Amino acid sequence: MAYKRSQILICGGTGCTSSGSMLLAKEVKKELIKHDILDEIEVVVTGCFGLCELGPVVIVYPEGTFYSRVESSDIKELVEEHLVKGRPLDRLIYTEKGDGHHPLSINELGFFKKQKRIVLANCGVIDPENIDEYIGFNGYTAIEKVLLTMTPQEVIDVIKASGLRGRGGGGFPTGLKWQFTHDAVSPDGVKYVACNADEGDPGAFMDRSVLEGDPHSLIEAMSIAAYAIGSSKGYVYVRAEYPIAVKRLQIAIDQAKEYGLLGENIFDTDFSFDLEIRLGAGAFVCGEETALMNSIEGKRGEPRPRPPFPANKGLFGKPTVLNNVETYGNITAIILNGAEWFASVGTERSKGTKVFALGGKINNTGLLEIPMGTTLREIVYEIGGGIPNGKAFKAAQTGGPSGGCIPTSMLDTPIDYDNLIAIGSMMGSGGLIVMDEDNCMVDVARFFLDFTQDESCGKCPPCRIGTKRMLEILERICDGKGVEGDIERLQDLAEGIKASALCGLGQTAPNPVLSTIHYFRDEYEAHINDKKCPAGVCKHLLNYTINEDTCKGCGICAKKCPAEAISGEKKKPFTIDTAKCIKCGACIEACPFGSISRA
Amino acid sequence: MAKSLAELKAIRDKKVNEINLRHGKNGYRVVVGMATCGIAAGARPVMVKLMEEVAANGLNDVTVAQTGCIGSCRLEPIVEVYDGEGNKVTYVHMTPEKVTKVVEQHLTSGKVVDEYTMTIVDGKIISPEVKA
Ligand SMILES: Cc1cc2nc3c(=O)[nH]c(=O)nc-3n(C[C@H](O)[C@H](O)[C@H](O)COP(=O)(O)O)c2cc1C
Ligand code: SF4
Ligand code: SF4
Ligand code: SF4
Ligand code: FES
Repeated sequence: MAYKRSQILICGGTGCTSSGSMLLAKEVKKELIKHDILDEIEVVVTGCFGLCELGPVVIVYPEGTFYSRVESSDIKELVEEHLVKGRPLDRLIYTEKGDGHHPLSINELGFFKKQKRIVLANCGVIDPENIDEYIGFNGYTAIEKVLLTMTPQEVIDVIKASGLRGRGGGGFPTGLKWQFTHDAVSPDGVKYVACNADEGDPGAFMDRSVLEGDPHSLIEAMSIAAYAIGSSKGYVYVRAEYPIAVKRLQIAIDQAKEYGLLGENIFDTDFSFDLEIRLGAGAFVCGEETALMNSIEGKRGEPRPRPPFPANKGLFGKPTVLNNVETYGNITAIILNGAEWFASVGTERSKGTKVFALGGKINNTGLLEIPMGTTLREIVYEIGGGIPNGKAFKAAQTGGPSGGCIPTSMLDTPIDYDNLIAIGSMMGSGGLIVMDEDNCMVDVARFFLDFTQDESCGKCPPCRIGTKRMLEILERICDGKGVEGDIERLQDLAEGIKASALCGLGQTAPNPVLSTIHYFRDEYEAHINDKKCPAGVCKHLLNYTINEDTCKGCGICAKKCPAEAISGEKKKPFTIDTAKCIKCGACIEACPFGSISRA
Repeated sequence: MAKSLAELKAIRDKKVNEINLRHGKNGYRVVVGMATCGIAAGARPVMVKLMEEVAANGLNDVTVAQTGCIGSCRLEPIVEVYDGEGNKVTYVHMTPEKVTKVVEQHLTSGKVVDEYTMTIVDGKIISPEVKA
């Protein structure tokens, strides 16, 4: 029977797959066969819904019932109750944290309410391995419109007018980039389009989710870019650590070829386009555009000086457009709905939406897409559902290792490219890490610098040596060996690196340090001058002490201490030998009388 | 095989029902009572027929859903039809034959099939359209 009365969507994103969603799909089919309703229910394995923490996630339509943490042992009951008897299975329906609210439909969840999904429109909605699903959701109508009714310049004009800016970090106007590449002269006529799906920012998984959830939208958008600039060959550079994304993209490419949507003379026009995947080894610097092109060409993934810019001399020395996955993710919607529609979303100079991977100290970790101009407060408290355990918000880091932090006083800043730069951070590719009172900002800065220092390709000395010096200073501050003037030394080094590093990695590496010094200078000072870590994170600055008045002398702590640092006589107050103590915290947890404290 | 534009359109048309299901349809929502009592009373064949008829008539905007016990077991199988505004008509003691007529008249042209509604069974003449 053709008619499907109900659909059961099972998340096949990386998060849910790792918590066992593929087993669920099998189990569901088995149960449907048992009840003889396989032909009236459609089982769809989708990409990420965005709430990976709650995985495996299952949604049943037409009700839109949102089930979380579904295990294969639940499937028998779920199918019988919901799909045979029509009674949603309350036990597994997701309840939002905090408010005791019991939403029945996915659209009622606070997590989705404030979102606006343009790039993620199909993620968690269609089966990414079935081209017909994408086509059914108006897929490949944008390239049809472009090829049959628009000139390349008209396409570029629409993208320009939309105000779309690059989502890979820099925020460069996409239409302008296409124009430059369109105008660039290639002696043999060869030009390339490329997609940056390297996504090296720790904690980010926006691009992966788009590739996993809606790979055809990337193919279609790159075809449109190719038509606009006069190219017939594209490359997608994906990191090899994304096996599901790579597999789905390859399936999508194969299907598109089979349908004639990639290949020669698409829709019987003069336009031909072919797309190839190139795997990256996962070095952060390979996300930098010139390093990425070197890598695609089979050379070492090292940045090369700009100019020449890729628009003039890119891949294999030919004019090349390179855009981020999410940037491409907006293209079909702009073509179909018009530049004006897109420009109506967002702020004056940042149009459209931004996808963020929300993580850290937040209730709803996951993937979300918000209109530009949404405030951090809305993201943290409404979409993110607040901070766990009633802790206080301290700061959020955007832009990953190239960005900076946004303190509590800036919670109401509308998030867009320019505002983030003005407050010392940057949009970056979309990692958004929330920190609470238990995070030490010096330690956060050390973490990011450790990352960039490690990822520095070493080609230029300011970055190679400068970041190492900075890291050494940060480490000694955290170890309680900071000296007067360290803050200024960090600032001087930072300015030097920013001014002279060859590529963006080095130029932006000092940002997390500068921004934490700017907003949390008192924490640096506490570490350096008072040898204290106010958040209680930096181990070397912590002292464990036993309160003589309340210690009952039971000796439990001494038994738990792995360093044999605690001693004493039974029934008399015990003491900690700070020289032996390794600050593991085991004694605090062990003491039944709360007599041990850390400061 | 490369697909022509017409073939792509055909795929789109074929998919439209499934897609509407995920986006939320605007048309009638038909709900069949399918708890134990409903199933015992023959709700399955009613629902299967309903799906067939909806598909055969190309009613892509119509949602067929099922629900648990509607609460009046002696009237099962019960089929409720909600319109876009949430107005409800309840059909009782449904059979596959009756479904054909409900689809033809109510779902296709908006005419409630009075003789199958709750009003007749209760022996009283009340308006068959009850606000949900
Ligand atoms: C160290 C470094 C890492 C980068 N990593 C990425 C990345 O993972 N993904 C990405 O799209 N852009 C990354 N970029 C930015 C790219 O160089 C480039 O600006 C971007 O891909 C252009 O696409 P867009 O205009 O669509 O944003 C990185 C830049 C630097 C300096
Ligand atoms: S700035 Fe750093 S990563 Fe970039 S080229 Fe120089 S050494 Fe390599
Ligand atoms: S913190 Fe660990 S090492 Fe130090 S006294 Fe307590 S248990 Fe022993
Ligand atoms: S466990 Fe607590 S009460 Fe017992 S000896 Fe240690 S500090 Fe004192
Ligand atoms: S992977 Fe399933 S919700 Fe993200």
